[in-house]
Amino acid sequence: MSEILKGRAWVFGDDVDTDLIYHNKYLAETDPKNMPQYAFEYYPGKEHFAKEVKPGDFVVAGKNFGCGSSREHAVYCLKYAGIPVVLAETCSRIYYRNAINNGYPVLFVKGISDAIKQGKINDGDQLEVELSTGTIKDVTSGHEFHGDAVSDLENDIMQAGGLMEYLKAQAAAKK
Amino acid sequence: MGKTFAEKALGRAAGYDVVANQVVTVEPDWCMSHDNGAPIARTFKKIGVKNVWKPERIVFILDHAVPAPSSDHAVNHKEVREFSAEQGIKHFYDVTSDGGVCHQKMCEEGFALPGLIMVGSDSHTCTYGAYGAFSTGIGRSEMAAAWATGKIWFKVPESMKVVVTGKFKPGVSAKDFILKFIGDVKADGADYMSVEFHGDGIENMSIAERMTLCNMGIEFGAKNAVCRPDQKVLDAIKDNAKCDRWEPLWADEDAVYAAEYHYDLGDIEPGVAKPHKVDNYAPISEVKGTKIHEAFLGSCTNGRIEDLRAAAAILKGKKVAVRTIVIPASWIVYRQAMREGLLDVFLDAGCVICNPGCGPCMGNHEGILAPEEAAISTANRNFKGRMGDKDSFIYLASPMMVAASALKGEISDPREAL
Repeated sequence: MSEILKGRAWVFGDDVDTDLIYHNKYLAETDPKNMPQYAFEYYPGKEHFAKEVKPGDFVVAGKNFGCGSSREHAVYCLKYAGIPVVLAETCSRIYYRNAINNGYPVLFVKGISDAIKQGKINDGDQLEVELSTGTIKDVTSGHEFHGDAVSDLENDIMQAGGLMEYLKAQAAAKK
Repeated sequence: MGKTFAEKALGRAAGYDVVANQVVTVEPDWCMSHDNGAPIARTFKKIGVKNVWKPERIVFILDHAVPAPSSDHAVNHKEVREFSAEQGIKHFYDVTSDGGVCHQKMCEEGFALPGLIMVGSDSHTCTYGAYGAFSTGIGRSEMAAAWATGKIWFKVPESMKVVVTGKFKPGVSAKDFILKFIGDVKADGADYMSVEFHGDGIENMSIAERMTLCNMGIEFGAKNAVCRPDQKVLDAIKDNAKCDRWEPLWADEDAVYAAEYHYDLGDIEPGVAKPHKVDNYAPISEVKGTKIHEAFLGSCTNGRIEDLRAAAAILKGKKVAVRTIVIPASWIVYRQAMREGLLDVFLDAGCVICNPGCGPCMGNHEGILAPEEAAISTANRNFKGRMGDKDSFIYLASPMMVAASALKGEISDPREAL
């Protein structure tokens, strides 16, 4: 688990709501693989995200990422775009649960909201992220950030690959 | 050390004493889903469990797009019907005159009860705290898992205490208070927390007003929001409680809180949330005169009979200046409004009345906005493009302000229209 992920940053502000991540216009879509094409379509200045995002890129955001609706589309559209992890100061409770339940990591990064506002981390910066330690290096700007580890239960669900896999494994263990 | 409401409710469900930040696994008393019951059913089928754990604990209420405005929505509705039949789910509110907005139905049908653990695959499930329930929204995968296992995990949340005293002045309502409060604490003010509303200001409120407060809990990040289940609640559930598992619970006087706020309702004035964030509060003086193109009265936040009465009192005998869409939150509310003559007031004023459901709140149908159009709405979210085009604008407000604004075609002070 000491693997270092490398990719470009896509930088967002505070309170990025679920309609900005994945607009309610596309809620009838139920196949997660079709969801990345709509990601951030309504976010001013990031309309090109879906077209230009590359697997391995990172989403970097400030406080309260994913506030609003309980839609899991807002997790799937990033997961299936190949974003390995969301790096945010905090995220909304439902978004966080949805992420964990889908085996998708969100790293809580202290100070990143201010760093975004101060221009210490910008769109296109090259990042190196070590999930096991929570260390984030912005190679372009030279700044370094630190994320928190997740709780045991949450980690168990994540390690299993998500809630479904976790439940299946638990059911199998009981038999 | 005393206990908070969340510690008591989750401890009661877990069967042992719990404290904040502990992780517990509990059995939900009710699992509510709306149109998204269809994708949840598909996920459920992938788990490999044949039957849901207890069909009598699952509730389906179609409301997000009813009757179906597209074949995609129609397919979802069809799958919910088929799944309900297969699994023997009796608490199913289809597209009939028994239906309405899911959160309104959960309350008026007697599902929302003190002390129960209630989950819903909708973020505004926090509404049921008005009846003293611990209720919160969850995602689709998690709901499928709850159906399969009858279990759900929670971290016992820390709590926020909001002490509210006094009474509103004329022209001011629960919506004005909660918009001001969210403007003060911001959209992440109660992230992960249980929010308790205390004080004589809450006791003075109707259950409908308390529902407006709890409904908006998610808009400042709350896991759940709750009011003390007082005599008003006990009277309301006396004849229609859907189960006998409930028990009135409330926080101890010496419970420990992560944050505490005090408000006097007499200080609150009419206000709005400006585009495109719910915490973008402005008092009426700052936005008065802003041109609007549509007014929407309805939703799980403010589509109850009390809301329709408040709006009708302002519209009576007058004509609206912009298109005004009225959507009672359920057919029970609709019939009551009909009996009281409110529907005539709305029609005489030039409003369009649509069937109960979520309507244009999340941009599905019945009042979508064109580019550059602005709406004043009694709903709970004003995220960019939520009611239609991405270049449209939503101002959130009380039923009285929506009615007053509809008459002038611009944001107006309801106190001048009383």
